[in-house]
Amino acid sequence: MSGKALSIPKELVLEMYKKMQRIRKFEETAATFFAEGKIPGFVHLYIGEEAVAVGACANLRDDDFITSTHRGHGHIVAKGGNLKLMMAELFGKESGYCKGKGGSMHIADAELGILGANGIVGAGHNIAVGAGWSAQYRGTDQVSVCFFGDASTNISSFHEAMNLASVWKLPVIFVCENNLYGISVSQERHQAIKDISLRAAGYGIPSLTADGNDVFAVYEHVNTAIERARAGGGPSLLEFKTYRHRGHFEGDTAAYRPEEEVEEWLKKDPIPRLERYMLDKKIADEKRISEICSEVEAEIREALDFASGSQVPEIGTSVLNIYSDLVEEARVR
Amino acid sequence: MRKMTYGEGIREALRIKMQEDPNVVLLGEDVGPYGGTFGVTKGLWEEFGEQRVRDTPISEGIIVGASVGAAATGLRPVPELMFMDFLTFGMDGLVNQAAKMRYMFGGKISVPMVLRLPTGGGMNAGAQHSQSLEAWVTHIPGLKVVFPSNAEDAWGLMLTAIEDDNPVCYLESKALYSRKSEVPDHVAPIPFGLAKVKREGSDVSIITYGKQVHDALTAAEQLAQEGIEAEVIDLRSLYPLDKEAIRATVAKTHRAVVVTEEVKRGGYGGELSAMISEELFDELDAPVVRIGALNTPVPYATNLEAAVLPNVADIVNGIKGMGLKK
Repeated sequence: MSGKALSIPKELVLEMYKKMQRIRKFEETAATFFAEGKIPGFVHLYIGEEAVAVGACANLRDDDFITSTHRGHGHIVAKGGNLKLMMAELFGKESGYCKGKGGSMHIADAELGILGANGIVGAGHNIAVGAGWSAQYRGTDQVSVCFFGDASTNISSFHEAMNLASVWKLPVIFVCENNLYGISVSQERHQAIKDISLRAAGYGIPSLTADGNDVFAVYEHVNTAIERARAGGGPSLLEFKTYRHRGHFEGDTAAYRPEEEVEEWLKKDPIPRLERYMLDKKIADEKRISEICSEVEAEIREALDFASGSQVPEIGTSVLNIYSDLVEEARVR
Repeated sequence: MRKMTYGEGIREALRIKMQEDPNVVLLGEDVGPYGGTFGVTKGLWEEFGEQRVRDTPISEGIIVGASVGAAATGLRPVPELMFMDFLTFGMDGLVNQAAKMRYMFGGKISVPMVLRLPTGGGMNAGAQHSQSLEAWVTHIPGLKVVFPSNAEDAWGLMLTAIEDDNPVCYLESKALYSRKSEVPDHVAPIPFGLAKVKREGSDVSIITYGKQVHDALTAAEQLAQEGIEAEVIDLRSLYPLDKEAIRATVAKTHRAVVVTEEVKRGGYGGELSAMISEELFDELDAPVVRIGALNTPVPYATNLEAAVLPNVADIVNGIKGMGLKK
């Protein structure tokens, strides 16, 4: 674990651990219900990458912005998203975050600055830059954190966003979760560089590559970047190497990944790694860790109860919320 | 009353809204000291400063996409794309983000932005700077689409567009920028979804918008020489659509001609024509006629471009072919 970890207060370490568990257990539950056919559509799990979202968001205030991806549950939970509303949305219930109109890939919470998970790879870059521009224009010290994967750095939006953030000196922190695959295509087959942080040089943006399974490393690097951004120092690109334990989406067996590679990365699982650290440094004992897990499990059960006890949306709501004012004609059945 | 150009009408509305609301900001290629490629934003950079009138890189994806992020977080951006043809690079921000966010987030996020889209041909600008692509945006639930034909409407529709809490595509006819027309001393916001009868007539209804309003009026004068009285409807707002105005005029004349500059295939004119046929079939004495551009890219040479785009003679001939007996 990162050398500076000792300077992170104990309460914050415990909070980060709990959030990582919250993401994992939420998603394991989602996977179970997806497999049973109770959650429809696509579910892209973040399991294995929790340290990035949690380490980054531990630095954020409620009024800071994030943009997320199709693999968004982790970012939303880390930024403080409500598990009940998330679970209900996954089940397509009217009580969900989006009244059942969004699903797993489209959860947002304006009050928490969550500008949306996003079904379009690369779309969050531009939105994050716009939010950063808005913060700068309004004269606040809010920052905008853009989460994205390795594969989206091949899309024009990444380059347009980095360029504008740089030339306008916007408070945007680009957080790349390099999980080594763009769906089934490995990084070495989709780009000719290993370290995506290299791409920042072309835009005059400071950057680094670090271990994305070390929650303290993520926390500290994002902390430095945010301090710079809040002080008007402009954007940063932080690349965190990590790995998704599951397929691209549930149902993908990920047969394209060598077994040895998967085994190697499972050994680097960020959650047991943090547990070992907490035990070593006497931040928590086995009992405390087990209590935290039970608390999280209770939260998940509560979320499940809320979701299963909620109604599906009224058919007529399908024509609402397209505009702030106009209402489309409902289909006559 | 005074006379001003279409471009000045847009600019006056921008100026007023910028004076009223500090969250209204302009951005785009050369909109700053240069004043915009077509001069629409001239003087605004000097008046409101660098932070409110921002030159961007030539980077349409981020012009649209950053506007979405800014609109979702409290600003009311008015991005300009130099030519609507360049929307290809900005399409994700508009179609998959701006138009969808309110809906897919359950009504919790608003994207109040006005995307200015200079449109149309007649300038020998060739295939990539002359298109009329309104069908691309009218097709998308979540977007509002307006298209003024004169300075007063340009002004009044822009006032409404900036006040609207939804993403608005504000189409501007490049061919009309320097065209002058009468503007009252006080211009009121023009509600969306309100068409205007530009000329009354009893024999046939010409339903159109943008530059073609002027061609339709010229055609109507020529037809009047031959005893055919055409009513000309300027839709002004393509979505929301003033179906009442269309019903009223078709119920009066029983003949409808839809005139647009876009290529006919897959165009918004087809939507208008289908709406009239589906909803007003009993009123019709003849099939709806569509007049649009040939199904080609817009060519460069003056004579070729003129041959491809619809003109006054096409409207006159189209109407004469409808079996009106005079």
